[in-house]
Amino acid sequence: MSKQTITLNVNGKSVAAEAESRELLIHVLREQLEITGPHIGCETSHCGACTVDIDGMSVKSCTVFAVQAQGKEITTIEGLGNPDKLHVLQEKFREHHGLQCGYCTPGMITRAHRLLEENPNPTEEDVRFGIAGNLCRCTGYQNIVKAVLAAAEELKQGENVA
Amino acid sequence: MITGNFEYHQPSSLPEAVALLSKLGDDARVIAGGHSLIPSMKLRLAMPEHLIDLQGIGELKNIQISGGEVRIGAMTTQAELIASEALYKSAPIIRETALQIADPQVRYMGTIGGNVANGDPGNDMPALMQCLDANFVLQGPDGERVVKAREFYEAAYFTARDDLEILSEIRFSECSGGFAYGKQKRKIGDYATAAAAVLLTKDGNNCSHASIALTNLADTPLYCEEASAMLQNGGVNDENIAAAVTSAMAQIEPVDDNRGPAEFKKHAASIVLASAIRDAWARA
Ligand SMILES: Cc1cc2nc3c(=O)[nH]c(=O)nc-3n(C[C@H](O)[C@H](O)[C@H](O)COP(=O)(O)OP(=O)(O)OC[C@H]3O[C@@H](n4cnc5c(N)ncnc54)[C@H](O)[C@@H]3O)c2cc1C
Ligand code: FES
Ligand code: FES
Repeated sequence: MSKQTITLNVNGKSVAAEAESRELLIHVLREQLEITGPHIGCETSHCGACTVDIDGMSVKSCTVFAVQAQGKEITTIEGLGNPDKLHVLQEKFREHHGLQCGYCTPGMITRAHRLLEENPNPTEEDVRFGIAGNLCRCTGYQNIVKAVLAAAEELKQGENVA
Repeated sequence: MITGNFEYHQPSSLPEAVALLSKLGDDARVIAGGHSLIPSMKLRLAMPEHLIDLQGIGELKNIQISGGEVRIGAMTTQAELIASEALYKSAPIIRETALQIADPQVRYMGTIGGNVANGDPGNDMPALMQCLDANFVLQGPDGERVVKAREFYEAAYFTARDDLEILSEIRFSECSGGFAYGKQKRKIGDYATAAAAVLLTKDGNNCSHASIALTNLADTPLYCEEASAMLQNGGVNDENIAAAVTSAMAQIEPVDDNRGPAEFKKHAASIVLASAIRDAWARA
C-alpha cells in the first residue's frame, strides 16, 4: 500500500514524514525523524519506555499509528531539556539517582512532566499512581519517586519567586 | 511488531462513518482509542483491510446529564470520565471503575465505546454497564437501535452489534446511593482476576434496590439477577451477603489461565464480591 505524507509538530517544529498507514508513531519518530529519546521496551503497550506527549496527554507511541497523529503536537524528552539546559525533572533525576541504565528514563520523565502539569502538588501516592504505566527494571522506583517529588517542590518555589 | 497493512480513513461525521462502514463491509473496522485493537492487530488476531478512525467525530465525544439521564458519547476517554465532576455527582461508580482500568497512558486513549464494544471479557466497563442497566445506542445503515447492556454480550468477542453498526452513545439513569467497584488484579495495569460492580439504595434500614454484575469470570460479563434480589427488601447483613455471594458464584465459569486456576478465581471472586457489597452498603 502506498505511503502517505504525515505532518506532525514535534518539539515545536513542523516536520513531515512518508509512512505506510501501519507504521507506528514510535518507528516514525525514531527511524525517520531520528528522535531517539523515546525507546522501545516491549512494543506490547506495557512498559511505557515509548511514552511521548500528544496534545497534552501521555501516550505510548508504540500503540498509535503515525497517521492517527497527523497534525498533532508531540513533545518528547528532547523537547523538555538538553545537555546544556536540563529540565528540572532531569536535574532531579540526576541528583536523586533516579536512573541506573537509563532505558526507562525518557519515558518516565515525559510522563512525570505531564503528571506535574496536571497536578503540581502531588503526594507520594499520586506520583506512584501517576507513573504506574512506566516500568523500571533497575531502580526499584524509590529514587524516581523522590526525584519527581523534588522536582515538584522546585517548580513550585520557582513559581513563587516569579 | 508490525501490523498487517490497511487503508486509513478519517470521516468527520457519524453519518459519513456509517456510510463508509456499510460500503467497505466486513473488511473494515472502526478504531477508537486503539488500545485493544492495535495490540490484537500486532498479533495478527485482527487483520482489517480498512480502518475507520472515529477520532475526528466531535459529536461522539461528550457527557450530557439531564432529567435524571446520563448520556456518554462513545469516544469519551477513560481520562475524561475520571475528570468529569458532573459525572462523578451523577454516577460516582464510573470514576471508581475507570481509575482501576490499566494505567494513565492507556486511560488517556481508551474510550468507553471501545471498552464496551470490544467484547473482551477482561474489560471492566461491560459489567459496570450491566450493573447500571445501561442502554447502548447503535447506528447502522438502517438507522438507530437501542440494545440493553444486559442483552448485548453473547460470547467472548461476540456481541449483539452488527458488523455494520457503530456504537454512538451509552445511556443510563443517574444513580444515587451506595456503590463499589472491587477488582482483584495481579498488579496495576492488569485485567481483573475477578471484579464486581455493586449498587445499593438504602431506604431507612431497608435496601430498596440492588444490582450486582461481575467481570472476567465467564466469557461474558454477568448480571447477577438472583443475587441482586437477595439483597433487596430487607437490610443487608452477613446472612444475605453470604447467600448472594453463593448465588453469584453458581453463575460464574472461570477458566484456568496465567491469572490462576479456576478454583482460585472463584475464591478471589467471592471475597471481592462480599467486600464490594459491604463497601456499597456502608456508603449507601
Ligand atoms: C496495557 C493495557 C492494559 C489494559 N488494562 C485494561 C483493564 O484493566 N481493564 C479494561 O477494561 N481495559 C484494559 N485495557 C484495554 C483498554 O481499556 C482499551 O482501550 C479498551 O478496551 C478499548 O478501548 P479503545 O478505545 O482503545 O478501543 P479500540 O482498541 O479502538 O477498539 C476495540 C474494539 O472495539 C471496536 N470499537 C471501538 N469503538 C467502537 C464503536 N464506537 N462502535 C463500534 N465498535 C467500536 C473496534 O473496532 C475494536 O474491535 C488495557 C489495555 C492495555 C494496552
Ligand atoms: S514500547 Fe511502548 S509500552 Fe513498551
Ligand atoms: S533505570 Fe534501567 S530500566 Fe529504569
